[in-house]
Amino acid sequence: MAVKANEITWGHDLDAALADAKKENKAVLLDFSAAPM
Amino acid sequence: MYTDPRVVRLVNESFVPVRAHVKENAAAFKQLGERYGAQWTPTTLIVDANGQERHRIEGFLPADDFLPQLQLGAAHAAFANADYQIAARSFDQILKEHPTNDAAAEAQYWAGVSRYKATGDPSALKETARLFNERFQNTAWAKKASVWR
Repeated sequence: MAVKANEITWGHDLDAALADAKKENKAVLLDFSAAPM
Repeated sequence: MYTDPRVVRLVNESFVPVRAHVKENAAAFKQLGERYGAQWTPTTLIVDANGQERHRIEGFLPADDFLPQLQLGAAHAAFANADYQIAARSFDQILKEHPTNDAAAEAQYWAGVSRYKATGDPSALKETARLFNERFQNTAWAKKASVWR
């Protein structure tokens, strides 16, 4: 999925995100939110 | 916090973002909240690729404060991954970009630790203790570094 420069595309599957983080040598940002969507 | 373009850029460049929303993803919110002990919103965790929490931000912060906290998280994740030179550069960057922010003293402390871990040279710790004589003297981080004098 293309990443738009002006917004964050949030995932909702932590295990998938951890796999991506390992591949991309990044950390996961996990946001617990109650903000209006 | 996530509308500031600087925050958006940093998140997209440095992290894989995952959101657990209390209403929209209630099951994930409950499951991940129990896993990581997150009982309040907003709570922002920086988690390494092994699922280990490396940094925690609880409560709202304005973008000017949230940004260096995210940078701390990325730097701590690099440190935990034994990427000490990357961690040192990342902590130094926080000091350079946010020299008066609350995060700066923590960054100064961990920049020194990262340099020591990267080189094995204890003078990195002594130099860090000296720097705490010049700034951030009245912080817990200065007290922690005082043992290196």
